[in-house]
Amino acid sequence: MKILVGLGTCGIAAGAEETYRALLEKFESGALPHPVEKTGCIGMCYREPLVEVRADDGARYHYGNLTRDKVDRLLSEHVAGGKVIDEWLVWTHAGGGSEKAFLDRQNRIVLRNCGNINPESIEDYLGVGGYKALEKVLRESDPEGLIGVIIESGLRGRGGAGFLTGMKWRFTRMAQGEHKYIICNADEGDPGAFMDRSVLESDPHSVLEGMAIAGFAIGSDHGYIYVRAEYPKAIERLNIAIAQAEERGFLGEKILGAGFRFRVRLKEGAGAFVCGEETALMASIEGKRGMPRIRPPFPATKGLWGCPTSINNVETFANVPWIVLSGAKAFNSLGTQNSKGTKVFAMAGKVRRGGLVEVPMGISIQEIVEDICGGIKEGRKFKAVQMGGPSGGCIPVELQNTVIDYESINRTGAIMGSGGLVVMDETTCMVDVARFFLDFTQRESCGKCTFCRVGTKRMLEILTRITEGEGREGDIELLEQLAALVKNNSLCGLGQTAPNPVLTTLKYFRAEYEAHITNRKCPAHHCQKLLTYTITEACNGCGVCGRACPAQAIAGEKKQMHVIDHSKCIQCDECYKTCRFHAIVRT
Amino acid sequence: MDHHRKLDFRNLHYAGEEGMLIPSLQKVQEAEGYISRERILEIHRRSGVPVPQIYGVVTFYAQFRLQPVGRHIIKVCHGTACHVAAAKGISQALEGALEIRTGETTKDRLFTLETVSCLGCCSLAPVVMIDTSTYGNLDPAAARKIIRQKQKAAAGAPAPGKGRS
Repeated sequence: MKILVGLGTCGIAAGAEETYRALLEKFESGALPHPVEKTGCIGMCYREPLVEVRADDGARYHYGNLTRDKVDRLLSEHVAGGKVIDEWLVWTHAGGGSEKAFLDRQNRIVLRNCGNINPESIEDYLGVGGYKALEKVLRESDPEGLIGVIIESGLRGRGGAGFLTGMKWRFTRMAQGEHKYIICNADEGDPGAFMDRSVLESDPHSVLEGMAIAGFAIGSDHGYIYVRAEYPKAIERLNIAIAQAEERGFLGEKILGAGFRFRVRLKEGAGAFVCGEETALMASIEGKRGMPRIRPPFPATKGLWGCPTSINNVETFANVPWIVLSGAKAFNSLGTQNSKGTKVFAMAGKVRRGGLVEVPMGISIQEIVEDICGGIKEGRKFKAVQMGGPSGGCIPVELQNTVIDYESINRTGAIMGSGGLVVMDETTCMVDVARFFLDFTQRESCGKCTFCRVGTKRMLEILTRITEGEGREGDIELLEQLAALVKNNSLCGLGQTAPNPVLTTLKYFRAEYEAHITNRKCPAHHCQKLLTYTITEACNGCGVCGRACPAQAIAGEKKQMHVIDHSKCIQCDECYKTCRFHAIVRT
Repeated sequence: MDHHRKLDFRNLHYAGEEGMLIPSLQKVQEAEGYISRERILEIHRRSGVPVPQIYGVVTFYAQFRLQPVGRHIIKVCHGTACHVAAAKGISQALEGALEIRTGETTKDRLFTLETVSCLGCCSLAPVVMIDTSTYGNLDPAAARKIIRQKQKAAAGAPAPGKGRS
């Protein structure tokens, strides 16, 4: 038997490190006769900290919300007593646990080892068939055939654009150049996306193996991983993994005794969203300002330091070893006509079960939100999902039967993107969501193209005034006009897609914009400056709101109903938050 | 500050390779908390990269600072999920507790308050990162409590810049 503690960033933030230390103390003092190990993220972020008790016969019991104070009972009842604690159980191999629906509907290829192995141990990775794919590729020594397999599998780039990975490799292989480079894009900048962080923290070797295989396919001997500095845990584990792989001869000179050499270097990003764009990313590795350049020439012919370069995303690389070992057919039998395999989504927002889910392409948005993630929190109404981050858009609940594949999502005006899926309920104001994303892209625009630099700023100003009750007639039309200009006159993906959040919310939630502008009302009751606060008869005159009000706008006798003076009210929301009797309504 | 001495320029490998400019700046900032004019000139002397180009890179990336910062860097996440989960309230609570605005450093040089686009812990929104530790599922009261704990811990430890070598 052994005890595993999920130590991804989410788990640590929820207190998993303390649980881990408590268990370790028990082990060191002899109170716990079984080893305690680290593992990665199983994706059930909403139930962290997660602890697994794994029996020698392979039986697995996952416990949720296992904070430090629950360790004693776990050890006495389950570990020593052999009695499963049903009320904490979230999943078990035998088909039980409270969160069964969350895991059982998934199909885990990319996340195959996440939460299963110790990410800091190469032995664990080897134990689940790690580096077998690289071995196979080197033994067969047929790069053309390998690229053929990747093309046949139908694997498309998981960073968002969805270009066929095998084709990218073929172009880079065919290009002339003394040196060729592989780059792993781990600059996961979309707010609301954390798939790549989880994979890097939970299974770094699968990404390294995927990169080495890609290196062999295109004839490259050097790989870079460009990873966000905001992911310290991922950086730490990647460094460990690279050192281990070099020591065991899976990276370096004469890999596995063959004539193939491949080195990987880690480059930390420095906090620029635009560096997720491939040409900007390469400029950043070269030590320059991360500004995109015109394409063509594409990186496949002229990339890093002017050499042919293949840039792929973390999730794309993590798929590669699985495809090599399982075959193209196993992969392309999953999914739809043009989108094969699975996709990992980072579920966040107002959904009951937030975390990582990996589902086959072709599943509907509704199945993900309702069946896997348990619907909306606090019984509220499902309003929309935001897909693709600042480059994507909002898909309304009316289109919840849209299936997950690159083309279907594009038709809604959103994009597949890297996989962030933020769920919104009736309390989310769609104008404010659009404003939020424009605020982001406006700040992150590198400034090279005028329309992106100035256009996004103007759009943000208009959106801000609408949410503050200063919207004017004609603002919607002006937004549409600016959106078209920014889209058509920007060099890179950032500018070309920046208007998407505005365009999709205008398409599906135009009435909300109109309510803000014409009626000076926010239907979601979110935009504070548009709210009217009124005290109802539920008021018992306790006076708490009056004391909380910074504007002295509330008056009333003790134990009598209070009244808000609207000419003094500054819509700060303090009274609403302090009232314990729900006597204040916002309209 | 004493810990300037920790920075060993021999290990920075500036020479010749332009790609090392950003890692060099990162090492300087890690050791000293910010990029000073002196360090920019020093990197220029060692690498040959023109000063305006170094300055251009420093100002392009959000990570680099030209001003000294506090001992603890507080980053309030304003990603999509945190935004929807009222991250604004967390920022306001911290601004109140520290008596500074976002982007500023407290007088005692203990804290610098910043915002960050996304920390990737969306299911624990709203989230705050202090140095390299992440705190999730916060509300304004919980955020204030963490600050009080940090202040208490600091009161027991030597003041920044002193007693560390």
